[in-house]
Amino acid sequence: MFTILSKDRLAPSITRMRILAPHIAKKARAGQFVILRAAPDGERIPLTIAETDTAEGSVTIIFQEVGESTMTLGEKNVGEALEDFVGPMGHPSNIEGVKRACVIGGGLGTAIAYPTAKALHEQGAKVDIIAGFRNQELIMLSDEMAAVSDDLVICTDDGSNGRKGLVTQFLKEKLDAGVQYDAVYAIGPVIMMKFVAQTTKPYGVRTIVSMNSTMIDGTGMCGGCRLTVGGETKFACVDGPEFDGHLVDFDEAMRRGAMYKKQEQAARERHVCRLTGEVR
Amino acid sequence: MPNMNPKKTEMPAQAPDIRAHNFDEVATGYSVEMAMGEAERCLHCKTRPCVEGCPVNVQIPDFIAAIAKGEFEQAYQIIHETNALPAVCGRVCPQETQCESKCVRGIKTEPVGIGRLERFAADWHLAHTEQLPTPAAPNGKKVAIVGAGPAGLSCAGSLAARGFDVTIYEALHVAGGVLMYGIPEFRLPKAIVRREIENLRAMGVHIVTDYVIGRTSTVDELLEEEHYDAIFLGTGAGLPSFMRVPGENLNGVYSANEYLTRINLMGAYRENSPTPIMHAEHVAVVGGGNVAMDAARCALRLGAKSVTIVYRRGEAELPARAEEVHHAKEEGIIFKLLTAPVEVVGEEGWVKGLKCVQMELGEPDASGRRRPVPVEGSEFVVPCDCVIVAIGTTPNPLIRMTTPGLETNKKGCLIVRDESTGLTTRDSIYAGGDAVTGAATVILAMGAGKAAAQAITEQLIG
Repeated sequence: MFTILSKDRLAPSITRMRILAPHIAKKARAGQFVILRAAPDGERIPLTIAETDTAEGSVTIIFQEVGESTMTLGEKNVGEALEDFVGPMGHPSNIEGVKRACVIGGGLGTAIAYPTAKALHEQGAKVDIIAGFRNQELIMLSDEMAAVSDDLVICTDDGSNGRKGLVTQFLKEKLDAGVQYDAVYAIGPVIMMKFVAQTTKPYGVRTIVSMNSTMIDGTGMCGGCRLTVGGETKFACVDGPEFDGHLVDFDEAMRRGAMYKKQEQAARERHVCRLTGEVR
Repeated sequence: MPNMNPKKTEMPAQAPDIRAHNFDEVATGYSVEMAMGEAERCLHCKTRPCVEGCPVNVQIPDFIAAIAKGEFEQAYQIIHETNALPAVCGRVCPQETQCESKCVRGIKTEPVGIGRLERFAADWHLAHTEQLPTPAAPNGKKVAIVGAGPAGLSCAGSLAARGFDVTIYEALHVAGGVLMYGIPEFRLPKAIVRREIENLRAMGVHIVTDYVIGRTSTVDELLEEEHYDAIFLGTGAGLPSFMRVPGENLNGVYSANEYLTRINLMGAYRENSPTPIMHAEHVAVVGGGNVAMDAARCALRLGAKSVTIVYRRGEAELPARAEEVHHAKEEGIIFKLLTAPVEVVGEEGWVKGLKCVQMELGEPDASGRRRPVPVEGSEFVVPCDCVIVAIGTTPNPLIRMTTPGLETNKKGCLIVRDESTGLTTRDSIYAGGDAVTGAATVILAMGAGKAAAQAITEQLIG
């Protein structure tokens, strides 16, 4: 069970895997996530589902090797199996009735924005995609995104792909040009989602963000993923992961996301030492 | 002639100053001599009131008589006839409000140490018997159980013994429920829980982990597509309640569920564990139940310099087992009673203290206990860098939201048509344990699982 069917690298330190999980593939819809453990005694990590193939019974995940657990995951090869893979968790993306949408992905968030764009495209909506990366080397899924969008903007922080700028700039251009979106979906770093929500607010455009909070079980049991939405405490796992971007307390979410920064740093260094034998 | 010692044979335990720094089991168990001596304290009264005090009606005087005779394996078998998890119950049951509260010896002196003797018999069995149980002859009926906690395991054991084809679906990556994620190693070693679960597997019970009913499949899909003849919902009360006071989302505030799950289930107390946990210096735990005691004692073992329990009622109202309160005090946990939290105080996003108000007891409330009321102007701050909220849990709404026709009360607990059967508002769907009662004890959940197994047998076999 949970065998790795394929593995490829989309960008430096960003890996895509197809995992055999027929029960989840059958049920999953855009916007939902899985929780996995790569190895026995490993950490439970939530990852949003990037794609599913019901005929094959596979679920695709895309992850960045940033911490000990994602590094362990990245070391797994085709034919090996993951220890645990459970889902689909959370509510699917709310795309009902949306005819004109802008989907915004930032960095790895693009992997999660893509299935929502695809689902919108498949229901006949006109979809603009704006995807932002730090530099050209990190750009991923450009063909996939092109296939499900009417207009695709790929921009970089350093302009190395020839289109310098932040996603919010290009979004504002579209809004100023008078494009009437039924909804804007923003998925990426919390800081990016915060600024997208700030950008759309004066235009009164419904803005949906996907909160990838720290959590353990993913079923509402731990409460570690709680965040403040419109003054109320919500759990990202069962109430989300998508929320109204104009109501989320992003500053609190960023602070909570950094709760284990020190421990994560130490774990990463230990892991690198084990791999390379280097003393750091 | 019975042993007329007025006191229970004392339970050997690790010294408080030693155990406060390790996760090994606190109480180390009776020796053969201690057990046989304590067993002699039983008067074998004709009315057997202790049996009535046990939610699964363990034949207590009989197993105690077997211990007195040195027939330890037989003692275990007597317990196991009615109790699927003897080694667990001997450790975590609140005996002082159940069997031991009915003991005739208890009227004038201390009751017989029934829980300690139960544990002795179970540990004897585990240490001396390699043999696993064998499956019963199949009866051709299939039952699905949702949740591998005490209610589900107990129901599964009873059904498997009668020849049902039983599959347990569990959302987490291991079976055991609260026995694995909630109760700490020093109170209930996980090896014991694993062994009990191995016994169930040997009886033919299938356990599917990583499977969330309500997400991966629904209850109705189990009935229609997987063709189960009946379903038992033992989904527990897993949703943590928060205080709803300012500052509750600061870094350093945990639900007891999260804190304990990181430690017990994910092993975050071990050095270099991939799952992180905060090693706080000064910890405040809100609540007075077993979960609060467990969280406080875990914090101490993770190296906290001070751990304070904050509870709004008085000592007599502490809902925790007497033994846990006693152990916690011995270990140096500070109790601030008649104290209620009003705000978590923070600095740059991290907890700096817990602002509390002193309470005094007023008129009795609906529960018959005197209602605590705040003393005006008595606010003070307990300095701490971590706050653990252990004020209770409610049932997870996932099953209710995804199963049409399944009714719940306003607390979110599943409604059963008859408590003695656990039959819900849907035919062929039974429920029991915390999912029905709200947060309660392991043994009550096991009693409900067992009762439902009986009702399922009557429905399907007659």
